[in-house]
Amino acid sequence: MWEYTDKVKEHFLNPRNVGEVENPDGIAEVGSIACGDALKLSFKLDEKKRIKDIKFKTFGCASAIATSSALTEMVKGMTLEEAMKVTNQDIAAYLGGLPQKKMHCSVMGKQAMEKAIENYKGGPPTEPAAQIICECFGVTEREIEQAVRENNLSTVEEVTNYTKAGGGCGGCHDAIREIIERVRAGAAPVVRPKISNIQKIRMIEETIEREIRPSLKKDGGDIELVDVIGNRVLVATRGTCATCKAADITLKHFVELKLRDFVSPELVIEEVTP
Amino acid sequence: MKTIYLDNNATTQVAEEVLDAMLPYFRDLYGNPSSMHTFGGQVGRKIREAREQAAALIGAQPEEIIFTSCGTESDNAAIRSSLTAHPDRRHVLTSRVEHPAVKSLCAHLSRQGYRITEIPVDKDGILDMTQYERALTPDTAIVSLMWANNETGVLFPVEKAAELATERGILFHTDAVQAVGKIPINMKANAIDMLSISGHKLHAPKGIGILYVRKGTKFSPFLIGGHQEKERRGGTENTPSIIGLGRACELVAANMDTENRMVLLLRDKLEAEILARIPNSRVNGTRLYRLPNTTNISFEFVEGEAILLLMDDYGICASSGSACTSGSLQPSHVLRAMGVPFTMAHGSIRFSLSIYNTEEEIHFVIEKLPSIIERLRSMSPYWTLGEQACSVQ
Repeated sequence: MWEYTDKVKEHFLNPRNVGEVENPDGIAEVGSIACGDALKLSFKLDEKKRIKDIKFKTFGCASAIATSSALTEMVKGMTLEEAMKVTNQDIAAYLGGLPQKKMHCSVMGKQAMEKAIENYKGGPPTEPAAQIICECFGVTEREIEQAVRENNLSTVEEVTNYTKAGGGCGGCHDAIREIIERVRAGAAPVVRPKISNIQKIRMIEETIEREIRPSLKKDGGDIELVDVIGNRVLVATRGTCATCKAADITLKHFVELKLRDFVSPELVIEEVTP
Repeated sequence: MKTIYLDNNATTQVAEEVLDAMLPYFRDLYGNPSSMHTFGGQVGRKIREAREQAAALIGAQPEEIIFTSCGTESDNAAIRSSLTAHPDRRHVLTSRVEHPAVKSLCAHLSRQGYRITEIPVDKDGILDMTQYERALTPDTAIVSLMWANNETGVLFPVEKAAELATERGILFHTDAVQAVGKIPINMKANAIDMLSISGHKLHAPKGIGILYVRKGTKFSPFLIGGHQEKERRGGTENTPSIIGLGRACELVAANMDTENRMVLLLRDKLEAEILARIPNSRVNGTRLYRLPNTTNISFEFVEGEAILLLMDDYGICASSGSACTSGSLQPSHVLRAMGVPFTMAHGSIRFSLSIYNTEEEIHFVIEKLPSIIERLRSMSPYWTLGEQACSVQ
């Protein structure tokens, strides 16, 4: 039995945005029935060039369906530049994490988004012909490089978990090892994928809702996000928190730590009076 | 929520009668059967009785029964013993659809320099007997073929295969873990040298198994230690489980005919209704030679793990041969060996029944499953295409 988070289960049981957008601006299909999962994504932009509507159809396991649903929720309202910056780690984080062996589902979501945007912009960008490394699952060199870079992968097993490459006959394991070495030698260690501002705000809101608010409410308190400026998170306290002498300590030691854990280690929390 | 357990090829519920038989040997009668005192000796007598009960179920003699810790140990012991018995022979003959207990062991032996031949099956899961016969060579140390397939329930003609091996002086082992208790087996009437049994597949607890070794077969122990099991398997006996397994064998022997007929009726009903109510579904494996309790059904264009989790929401337990459930990235080796197309292989569900299932439970599944499949198909990018293809036909 897979250990799925409640959020994965919830998105699997009640998937958002299932279907196909009528007259889409961009569409993409990734994966295949032979590989065991596939995702068809279509979106429409509003007049401000933000994603107004986005829908998916997915063939695959619970986590493939949940990541598709999560992706559509995350990028709705974003510009294409912002949507392009959503990494597979962001999708996994949005769901409270995925089992290692299911990380390829989040990569599939990321690839579908990229491909749909490329489709909108008029076909695939100019790049050297894709070289297939894993014949069993049709994974290209570029896809493996990207997964290694963005997720800081160091073993063939990890690459298989994230891209499926190497999960069939195993004939490409040496080639994958070479790619890992090449990418890791060239690139400085990736600390954490960069997140866009909107992404950051969403994650902060998520974390407050899921991790912080329930604990404060137990003591009759509450917290509200006022603004995010760079790495400064401005909040206002409510209820007993507003008059509690220990509120400062709570903010620094509890709220800030949670936000640093779940969103970004650079965040600093500041209290403002609304 | 009530659990509807249709995963009896994975494991079974311990029968009440079995548990009752076992409990005293945890609490009060904890003696070591090898001891000289009466306190231990009485446990030894009970183990003798269990050995007789197990032997009776398969038409064996009690001294041909060796208690082990599980089916996997029995398989390992049988195959490794045969290789030790024939150090000059370097060939192992098996099939493509064996349980990992045999399959992984053979892969391991192959790395140690043994030659392994895996006989293929056809699209119905039926063993290619012509290829089998041709693959029997003077270098073959052991044949290991499963009696019943755990995923599809398809039966191999192991008695015929054993004859062919014996004629050529080759040892024959069968993993009968899924077959024992579900079909009549009489070791007096066949040429099989060794046979593996697992307790928890027939309403005894986990952690107990049997290796049947025909009298006169050269055997070298897998676990070397004390004098237990006539020096064929070291280690203090798992007394409560052995006694429980004996009782389970006795129960199943007494009721096999009536119980299996009932299970068969329920299975057939489940299968027929599912096929009738859900389009683009089909049974994997021949329906002619099959266990009475198993059906493996594929639902086109949907994925097995997703089906399992939606059924789980209703308390329905089954398994799948899809890639996602195996933890690997490819569908089960059994379905691949049968050449089940990918559109079907990823959406395969195995239902395996037991005597504890009721008609009411089967009705519940028949009622819930169509909407589960429909729901996933409505999310699948392939379904519309499939639907169109069908309406054209």
